[in-house]
Amino acid sequence: MSISTSRSDQDYVLCALDRKLILATQSGLPLVPDPWATLGKELGLSADEVLARFQRMQDAGVIRRVAAVPDHYRLGYRFNGMTVWNIRDDAISDMGRQVGELPFVSHCYRRPRHLPYWHYNLFAMVHGTSREEVEDKASQIKAVLGDTCEGHTILYSSAILKKTGLRLRKS
Amino acid sequence: MRLDTTDRQLINLYQRELPVCERPYEEMSRQLGIAEEEVIERLQSLQDSQVLSRVGPVFEHSRAGASLLAAVAVPEEQLDLVAARVNRAPGVNHNYAREHIYNLWFVMTAPDEDTLDDRLDELEHQLRLPMLRLPMVEGYHIDLGFDIDWEALP
Repeated sequence: MSISTSRSDQDYVLCALDRKLILATQSGLPLVPDPWATLGKELGLSADEVLARFQRMQDAGVIRRVAAVPDHYRLGYRFNGMTVWNIRDDAISDMGRQVGELPFVSHCYRRPRHLPYWHYNLFAMVHGTSREEVEDKASQIKAVLGDTCEGHTILYSSAILKKTGLRLRKS
Repeated sequence: MRLDTTDRQLINLYQRELPVCERPYEEMSRQLGIAEEEVIERLQSLQDSQVLSRVGPVFEHSRAGASLLAAVAVPEEQLDLVAARVNRAPGVNHNYAREHIYNLWFVMTAPDEDTLDDRLDELEHQLRLPMLRLPMVEGYHIDLGFDIDWEALP
């Protein structure tokens, strides 16, 4: 699945209440039987209004999904490998889609090269409980890419220095 | 982190998407075959132990503002200092040290593209280090998680 990053298509304009709702939910939904009523009390809206507004942001793509988002590091995936690939320009969209479909790839993006410093235009994130596991997954990606790939490397994370979701400021 | 079968099932079923309806946890409780109260308790406990980073919305940055992945090559002895400066810069929400010449990777966010550029320029100037700016050109698979192999976990 390719997801357009174009911003020209019907931009949804966030109103002040949407922003308040984002602020109120960006670190998580209230864990109570009726989370919408709890949010409503905070925002001065009825539970129904909160849910409807939330669903509207979801339909508009402002909210990508609502999920129980795991912290893979805490789960035991201590090795986070950002695999980066130098793919022929004429093959990249096709290759990106194929790599993105591999079940162990959590993110897969095309990004620009910065020659001569940076040659890699395809990024695929993989997680493992060991370096061997990450390397094994990288070799599966390599097999998919075949001769469209002119080089790759794996950047392991050595420390997570900051990690938060989207944060809107209260200003 | 040892999790029981129900916790694992809960993560397997809802790491990508959970129901957005009047009573989401009740809906989940029906799918899991446990009480609503137990769903809530388990989510709370998984969140408290940080196995779940959150139970809630994942926002599309490009719709709620602008964001960009950037990297700098920092001399090893300056890494802590530079990392702290990056963390303090407005809009930085991810910052990872990685084993590479480009050893510091972070995501900068802003309400709009112009502010994003200003923030990056300002930070680049402050750090006195050239910055690789790597905006997403095309997304093939965006942060949807992956199948967890529970047996392989320590």
